[in-house]
Amino acid sequence: MLYDVNIDGKNHRLELNRAEGRWSCRLDGRELEVDAVLTQPDVLSLRIGNKAYEVKSERVGNDWYLSVGSTRFMTEVRDPRSLRGRTRSGDDQGARKIVAPMPGKIVRLLVREGDEVALGAGVIVMEAMKMQNEIKSPKKGTMRKILVSEGAPVNPGDVLGIVE
Amino acid sequence: MFKKILIANRGEIALRVLRACHELGISAVAVYSDVDRASLHVRKADESYPIGPAASSESYLNIPKILDVARRSGADAIHPGYGFLSENARFAQACADAGVKFIGPTAAAMDAMGSKTRARQAMEKAGVPFVPGTSRGVESLEEAEQVAARIGYPVMLKAAAGGGGKGMRLVQVANDLKGALESARSEAQRSFGDSEVYIEKAIINPRHIEMQVLADEHGHTVYLGERECSLQRRHQKVLEEAPSPIVDAEMRRRMGEAAVRVARAAGYTNAGTVEFLVDQHKNFYFLEMNTRLQVEHPVTELITGLDLVHLQIRIAAGERLPFTQEEVQIRGHAIECRIYAEDPDNNYFPSPGKIALLLEPSGPGIRLDSGMYEGWNVPIDYDPLLAKLIGYGADREQAISRLARALNEYFVGGIKTNISLFRRILRDKDFIAAKLDTGFLDRMLKQSEDKAVDSNAVNVAAVAAGVFAALSTTPSHATSTVTNEAISNWKTASRREALRSE
Repeated sequence: MLYDVNIDGKNHRLELNRAEGRWSCRLDGRELEVDAVLTQPDVLSLRIGNKAYEVKSERVGNDWYLSVGSTRFMTEVRDPRSLRGRTRSGDDQGARKIVAPMPGKIVRLLVREGDEVALGAGVIVMEAMKMQNEIKSPKKGTMRKILVSEGAPVNPGDVLGIVE
Repeated sequence: MFKKILIANRGEIALRVLRACHELGISAVAVYSDVDRASLHVRKADESYPIGPAASSESYLNIPKILDVARRSGADAIHPGYGFLSENARFAQACADAGVKFIGPTAAAMDAMGSKTRARQAMEKAGVPFVPGTSRGVESLEEAEQVAARIGYPVMLKAAAGGGGKGMRLVQVANDLKGALESARSEAQRSFGDSEVYIEKAIINPRHIEMQVLADEHGHTVYLGERECSLQRRHQKVLEEAPSPIVDAEMRRRMGEAAVRVARAAGYTNAGTVEFLVDQHKNFYFLEMNTRLQVEHPVTELITGLDLVHLQIRIAAGERLPFTQEEVQIRGHAIECRIYAEDPDNNYFPSPGKIALLLEPSGPGIRLDSGMYEGWNVPIDYDPLLAKLIGYGADREQAISRLARALNEYFVGGIKTNISLFRRILRDKDFIAAKLDTGFLDRMLKQSEDKAVDSNAVNVAAVAAGVFAALSTTPSHATSTVTNEAISNWKTASRREALRSE
């Protein structure tokens, strides 16, 4: 099988096959001796040559993360033959949504529609787990729309506003 | 000795107390709100009782409901843990009135110490040094302006009923006083139901060092050494250690004796903590007394070899302190990391949700006081403290190296935690050199982290990604050979996604 693997935004080409319990592997054209055991559903014991690694897998929402040691990588895998590959969003051009990162309650709106906002400027104050937190603007631009009001409960992923 | 203790708390501290009960042969009663039915303290208790909806005011803060459970269960004592009702004098009094022993100080001692302003008045009498400022709440903006001008800026506004950094504001210049006073008052009202706010001179970048005291009901009061709690974020402690790297035997004796004077002045019994601010010249000032067991009590337990919860229970049962001040020995060094459900890469936003994967550290010198388990849903409704990881060593260096090793074993998947923050702290030059003050974390977090990408780790991740994809299914293609583990993996992943989209 041939895979396009994306680790923290960088693409790698991985050729990986398994026959009779043995793996053959080429990463970016380099041959690697690989031995892998799934020790529990999200924990892979991986040996490359004689070096041993424990790799932890985590899905958070639509994102997939792999942790090697204490480093966590945003990961995507695409089978090049598949037409259903996912594309990355987060395009910096055009409008950006401000999304609730957690369930909670809107405490205060710090800007109004039409206001200019700087990248990283606080726009909305949310309360969750007894703490108030400022939601920051994902880009510099104009606050085109605010979709919540003070006191409103929100769920993670809810769109709170749009910056253009 | 008590036969049955009701634990009026949740999370890791409920577990901590529950374990002490079982060690002493005492039956443990848990209470829980609707969202805590599956919590660990309910699973491990001998009896458990629902006490209402998620909102604390209708469950863990509801005195009549908790006393009703005490009566129905036949509990002869209540341990309040920390937070919630632990420093509520009305609750302590209500317990006494109901004939149930409150494991903690009396309502009168709590009253004397619970209000920070009244505590300052008592300290003035007992001759304990405290930070200049008002010993009662300010009535008006004009009064606040006058006081601030007299003691000099910067000043700190603090809620009289406060704790945990709530209702607290640092004011650098006179112009900011009005807004800060208003917001401190409204936060104090929201958090504690009391808007009283007082003013103190702000000591910039002090150390925050506290002294553990223990008093029995027969007039014996001892101190058990200090804890260095200077590593704070938003006035919330993040990492604590004992002993403090700057406190020597002589300073410990002076601080300890001052703390004992504080406790005696209040007629204090059971476990308590006297907090001091320490300036650059090692002058210490009384800050406040916490009339409960502290979150960070394990570091004291490790260096003294004492079990504070056992002692709390024994003292409440009327026993005498089983040792004298001279017999208290400090040995080794302990450091505690508070593991919070929060996202260090996203401004420390709380990160509730399901713990999809949990790998816990163990081994020499490691203690883990945890309230979570794999598959548990961290509720949004309470404090985000999940667990405390404590490292012990013969000296500070060994404690650090054991803790660093344990942090690398620790993995919490599915939600974000601040574990990576501790890895960073333990590597920090100033931390290793014990150059600590309350401004330490803000300064460290302002520096951009050295995020050199380890190309070998990247390669490992890339290979692992392919193996995971081959063994199970990735979001983009649900075909190929599937093992049993892979099926369950896929099922949980898709179930999780289905829940999210509801």
